[in-house]
Amino acid sequence: MSDIVLPDRLRDVAEPVRRIRTPARLDYVFMAGKATSRFLNAVAEKRLVGQRCPVCRKVYVPPRGVCPTDGVPTEEEIELPHVGTVTSFCVVNVQFYGQVMELPYVSALILLDGTDIPLMHLIQEVPADQVHMGMRVEAVWVPDEELGPTLESIKYFRPNGEPDADYETYKDNV
Amino acid sequence: MRDIAIISFAQTHHARAIEQENEVEMLQPVVVDAIAKAGITKDRIDFVCSGSADYLAGMAFSFVLTLDAVGPWPPISESHVDMDAAWAVYEAWVKMQMGKADIALIYGYGKSSPGNIRRALTRQLDPYTLQPLWADPVSLAAIQARSALDTGTVTTEAMAEVAARSWRSAQDNPYAQLKGDLAAADVLATEPFVDPLRRHDCAPITDGAAAVVLAAGDVARELCERPAWIRGIDHRIEPHMLGVRDLTTSASTAIAAAKAGVGDGPIDVAELHAPFSHQELILAAALGLGDDTAINPSGGALCANPVMTAGLVRMGEVAQRVIDGTADRGVAHATSGACLQQNLVCVLEGE
Repeated sequence: MSDIVLPDRLRDVAEPVRRIRTPARLDYVFMAGKATSRFLNAVAEKRLVGQRCPVCRKVYVPPRGVCPTDGVPTEEEIELPHVGTVTSFCVVNVQFYGQVMELPYVSALILLDGTDIPLMHLIQEVPADQVHMGMRVEAVWVPDEELGPTLESIKYFRPNGEPDADYETYKDNV
Repeated sequence: MRDIAIISFAQTHHARAIEQENEVEMLQPVVVDAIAKAGITKDRIDFVCSGSADYLAGMAFSFVLTLDAVGPWPPISESHVDMDAAWAVYEAWVKMQMGKADIALIYGYGKSSPGNIRRALTRQLDPYTLQPLWADPVSLAAIQARSALDTGTVTTEAMAEVAARSWRSAQDNPYAQLKGDLAAADVLATEPFVDPLRRHDCAPITDGAAAVVLAAGDVARELCERPAWIRGIDHRIEPHMLGVRDLTTSASTAIAAAKAGVGDGPIDVAELHAPFSHQELILAAALGLGDDTAINPSGGALCANPVMTAGLVRMGEVAQRVIDGTADRGVAHATSGACLQQNLVCVLEGE
């Protein structure tokens, strides 16, 4: 840090205060809301559910209760398959604080079949340099006794062996 | 200057905690209600402006998530203030004066229940000397009340009467959180909470949302039989450091009131955003309100105080009374910051 040049009237100050430390902490109890609660409770039962907008017919997962295009409640619940298509991804090579994954690993946007918005999750059981857009993947769940209302109930997604999806099927979500 | 009016108002049934719903689920029905009461569809809205605070949600850019309530597609003209949504009305009013919009939707929401509002609000204070003390808004208001009591600006009895009158008035307000047939003596019989404040002197912790629709000139006349015209609107701010202010008066409110033209005619109704009873007395004096003005017929912030929203509710409550013909000329006030630091004054009038 460069030296501080004080104005003349402050020259008598023995030692300028260069920094102070004021730790702050605020705690919150996150409220998922009705729609996301239904989604999370379904995940605890090893199910994936989305919600369909009555106007534009798009299916959102995880649902937040209101269609972001039409501003109307999305109340129709849709049972979803556990397979989808990678629409985009990144390979994480950089260490960061609090990291639990071994490097390198792949974080991807996955468009579950029958939905209109991709879900973010990990891709495993495949070398990072082989992950690509259009890759078909399936959810790998934790053991039943470890299931809970959290997306950590899905350990990761892995290739399910199907041929790549046609670009046309996910081009709106890239 | 263009004529601009509030033509509709909607709000939630305010509650200590709306636990079942997230912010957008709480807000969306209110937005729909305000748009429906304006007699329009959302494609007619030229500008959307909202007020909320990330410190309540505990999440950065939380207002982007609640925009879902508006259905912002095709892309819309939109803005946000990290303030009470009364200031979002001001921004929209400026935009409409510039001729950039004829119809505007303004909403505010605040869920205080996920966090600790008394701790969260300390983050708006000076970061070097006051934040490290976690000087919370109730304690700071108590210091203000003590100053006002010691200088004789207010009395304990007058404060209790404000609290009791607010609770009695709120009995007619289906949206109020607290209400009851209370007398000043009942308030005075309770123990101090943060001395000299009793619990009834302090606004409750509230979850809630509200929305209004603004319209300009002939569009307002076409959509609303009796629009609540904004005849004057102004906001002023005082220094951040409490020590340099006279806490027993509200200089910023007095200037805003003069600029907004509060004294240019009789005031039937005043909705004052006073989260503490002594603040209503300070505000009424700064606004020059007399006995012929009904103050806080809704019960005011002492009976429901959704943060970032209660000021907008004051505007809505006055506007609603003009729209339904029970008032001809009213004043709405909103506040922000510690001890009435910043104040907005709006004069609303029927034709």
